[in-house]
Amino acid sequence: MIMFLIRKILWATATLAVASVLVFATLEIIPGDPAQVMLGINATDEAIAALRQDLGLNKPVLERYFSWIFGMLQGDFGNSYTYSVPVNELVADRITISLPLALLSLLLSTVIAIPLGLYSASRRGSLADTSIMALSQVGIAIPNFWLALLLVYFLAIWLQLVPAGGFPGWDAGFVVALKSLLLPTISLALPQAAILSRITRSALLETLGEDYIRTARAKGLSTGATIWKHGMRNAMIPVLTILGLQFAYLLAGTIIIENVFYLPGLGRLVFQAISLRDLIVVESVVMMLVATIIVINLIVDLAYLWVDPRLRHRSA
Amino acid sequence: MKTMKKLFAAALVTTALAPLVLAGQAIAAKTSLVMGMALEPPHLDPTAGAPAAIDEVVYANVFEGLTRIGSKGEVLPALAKSWEISADGKTYTFNLHHGVKFHDGSTFDAEDAKFSLDRARAEGSTNAQKALFAGIDSVTVKDANTLVVQLKTPAGNFLFNMGWGDAIMVAPETAEGNKVNPVGTGPFKFGSWVKGASVNLVKNGDYWGTPIALEKATFRFISDPAASLSAMLAGDVDAFANFPAPETMPQLRADPRFKVVIGSTEGETILSTNNTKPPFNDVRVRRAIAHALDRQAIIDGAMFGLGTPIGTHFAPHHPAYVNLVDQYPMDLEAAKKLLADAGHPNGFKATLKLPPPTYARRGGEIVAAQLRKIGIDLEIIPVEWGVWVPEVFKAKDYDLTIVSHTEPMDIGIYSRDAYYFNYSSDAFNATIAKLNETTGEAERYALMAQAQKIISQDAVNGFMFQFAKAGVWNAKVNGLWENSPVQANDLTGVSWSD
Amino acid sequence: MTGFFQTAMRNRSFATGFVITAMVVLMAAVSFLWTPYDVTDLDISAKLKAPGWSHWFGTDHFGRDIFSMIMVGARNSIAVALVAVIIGVGIGVPVGCWASARGGLLDEALMRGNDVIFAFPALLSAVMITAIFGPGAINAIIAIGIFNIPVFARLARGAALSLWPRDFIMAARAAGKNKTRITIEHIVPNMANLLIVQATIAFALGIIQEAGLAYVGLGTQPPLPSWGKMLNEAQTMMSFAPHMAIIPGLAIVITVVGLNLLGDGLRDVLDPRLVRKRD
Repeated sequence: MIMFLIRKILWATATLAVASVLVFATLEIIPGDPAQVMLGINATDEAIAALRQDLGLNKPVLERYFSWIFGMLQGDFGNSYTYSVPVNELVADRITISLPLALLSLLLSTVIAIPLGLYSASRRGSLADTSIMALSQVGIAIPNFWLALLLVYFLAIWLQLVPAGGFPGWDAGFVVALKSLLLPTISLALPQAAILSRITRSALLETLGEDYIRTARAKGLSTGATIWKHGMRNAMIPVLTILGLQFAYLLAGTIIIENVFYLPGLGRLVFQAISLRDLIVVESVVMMLVATIIVINLIVDLAYLWVDPRLRHRSA
Repeated sequence: MKTMKKLFAAALVTTALAPLVLAGQAIAAKTSLVMGMALEPPHLDPTAGAPAAIDEVVYANVFEGLTRIGSKGEVLPALAKSWEISADGKTYTFNLHHGVKFHDGSTFDAEDAKFSLDRARAEGSTNAQKALFAGIDSVTVKDANTLVVQLKTPAGNFLFNMGWGDAIMVAPETAEGNKVNPVGTGPFKFGSWVKGASVNLVKNGDYWGTPIALEKATFRFISDPAASLSAMLAGDVDAFANFPAPETMPQLRADPRFKVVIGSTEGETILSTNNTKPPFNDVRVRRAIAHALDRQAIIDGAMFGLGTPIGTHFAPHHPAYVNLVDQYPMDLEAAKKLLADAGHPNGFKATLKLPPPTYARRGGEIVAAQLRKIGIDLEIIPVEWGVWVPEVFKAKDYDLTIVSHTEPMDIGIYSRDAYYFNYSSDAFNATIAKLNETTGEAERYALMAQAQKIISQDAVNGFMFQFAKAGVWNAKVNGLWENSPVQANDLTGVSWSD
Repeated sequence: MTGFFQTAMRNRSFATGFVITAMVVLMAAVSFLWTPYDVTDLDISAKLKAPGWSHWFGTDHFGRDIFSMIMVGARNSIAVALVAVIIGVGIGVPVGCWASARGGLLDEALMRGNDVIFAFPALLSAVMITAIFGPGAINAIIAIGIFNIPVFARLARGAALSLWPRDFIMAARAAGKNKTRITIEHIVPNMANLLIVQATIAFALGIIQEAGLAYVGLGTQPPLPSWGKMLNEAQTMMSFAPHMAIIPGLAIVITVVGLNLLGDGLRDVLDPRLVRKRD
């Protein structure tokens, strides 16, 4: 068990190291000059050269790579070129939007999907099952930005129930802030819920077909009790995997939704930073996201061990 | 389905709460304004960068200059309440206002003014418009409220130049920090900056001039046209000085909540052409392109009718403007013949690099479709500004591009060495040189007309249209600028009615 | 083969999915030969027409015929998603098979390489890739294709690992065939069903991803239309030209539903579980 953990952590570290090289190298070859972008069209060549010097862009590649890495290890992610404030600060601001948004979407999709999936599985072949599955089929196929467009049009512009976008900040009041996250949350959650409900259903059906479940039912346990006592726990494995993947996706993959609702979240920070060639922000934020995803995967792996003790022996 | 019901219930509860919250805000809204802007400024120091977004936040609001430019492009007194010009036109004596304070409490006087001007024209200055100060020979402090500026040669536009954002007054103690914490003399103080979202300004209680009506102003950055529209319709934003989605004008105009004002700008929108790159180095090819452009279709398609066709690089609302739209009327046969004469009877392939704004992207699609009719096959390459500036503007690595040249009275760029058009004409350069020496208005206008005709004759670029500014704001907001002689959002006269 | 098809068509998912997919593919194929209007021809005076007899799906803001654009857009969506799947299968399957055949450090290294790709948020990486190479259909294909590689590599490795200890493989090894030959002759054919199902899913996902990239302006460039780009252009015109936003969105949803149904049907008909269960 301990060995397994140590091995996993070692591999995660190696993955991070490789990823850091990849990110750094990618941004080295990206065309465009941050100094030029910052100073604008009419800037003189000498002003640009001076700024490049200030930003440390003239140092050798390896030196810049290692100072970036060592900085990050000490929690210093550098200063944004465009905003000239520490990247940490920028991220800290943005995460107060991206994290709640990801968590809320995950929560909403789980709350919708798991009951629906379980219900479908327990009523396999019924009209309800067929309709839920048909609906989820459509849900999977809807691009979230299209859903977002339709929601904005009908709920925000037409009915004026909720803001069309923007984020007033948490100091504007909890309810006000939460309201502006409502449409983005729904746009992100519904397609995810469609996937999750199908996974839940099929995972449960699969475990219900296993021998020990049949034994349990033969022993006289009711369908509901069987599902809760035995089916759920085993069906949780694929569900957890998907949840882990979805969370990672939601944290960073919301660029499009953040653009539709002009939310100043992490995804949009990176998106803007790429177009402004604020390379230090791109590098650092992407690395943070990669690290988060790796940690989440690690947690999911550990969660497997928790839900399925059989795996403990196998991986040892 | 139960879950759905619960969801609806939750939505309804939130909705029921909404009016309460909104009602609370509505009363306070009378003295605050949310202004929408497409681009976020990289920093807030107008003396250290060219991006218009900087001036659009701080010009006249946070920072003031010796003079200022009014809504009609006129020069108005600002920190200098008056001035005298010597008979030879080379000595300017500015009388500064008394009792002016910077936002940090320190006093503004002639020493600060001298510091500001000297800083801008210094050797290692990063001022983006150093040329504005190039004519200054010396700056001297006569007394605390009198500043004397000595010019090398008389310059008719010196007072106008001193009204630019790049020439605002700063304090020596705070100048270096202005990028993140701007300290000026204006009626608004810097409040806070939520990066990626908004800049907040608050009223400066100690303002030296006429007190303003607003207590608070927020500039919110929304780059996406669709998001801008939803923000406006949902009431999240009170005003856009320059609304990025012209197609929505009929809809917004029909809505009694909004006021839509179409104003003029200094933006000549052109199909910039690389004049030294074959085949564009052949004037017949450039004329063929000019004949193939259907300007009205471009305006209708890309700008939904907003804009005025132009035939040269000059603003139609300027008195010296010459209408040269019919120099090369839309005529596909003439265009094909010119191409054939130039040795391209079957046309050719080229690239069209398009920066991000809608006018360029949409306009580019239309231009490509129009040029395809005469056999010119354009590959459209969309680029971000971060690539456009170094590649197109600096390195001149392009065939064609579309951009709006927004600086006022900028026909002189055609005489610049190695400007990105790569155009060079002795006749044109001589005209501009003469213009710079001439002071009489009538002669100046005649020279301007001549300059316009030369570049039109040479079909230097595809002259398309003068950019029209579509301002949209809440019908209850008064005092916003209708035209934009300079890129700024002067909020000093803004108030809410009722 | 006809026998298989007849059996398959008895499966409701397969039949529905097959009919929808066939229609989309047919539409795309026909667009090479004929469209009601030329999609590169702008007619500004005919802009923003609602659906009607002369333009079945109406016209867009440049006066282009939306039905024609949907047809050509189908071609573009299919091409991008299909090539991205081919990249995933073409690189991922050999990598997965190789890893499982060699085992040891190589296996570990290849699979960790997969983890590295998996650790990058896909859309963000696609944005970075297009920032380097510029936007366009080819780069969209690369961006989507790269993320298909680890999916197929993992799948192939898992399937191959479960096949190696099987009797018929053992027999082949005893007969002196080398690993490469066994992989080609026995392993890959035996995982084909599994791959086909996964490919269908990846295809459907690719269509959505392509639309997403095109929507943020990084996909196919004008003059060729693409569904995602059409949605982007429609956004500000929703209130007076809702057809511009609804039709391309529906086209995406219908196509993806069709492909997913086809995938589900294939899974039922081909029953790749045999392989999966042995993990």
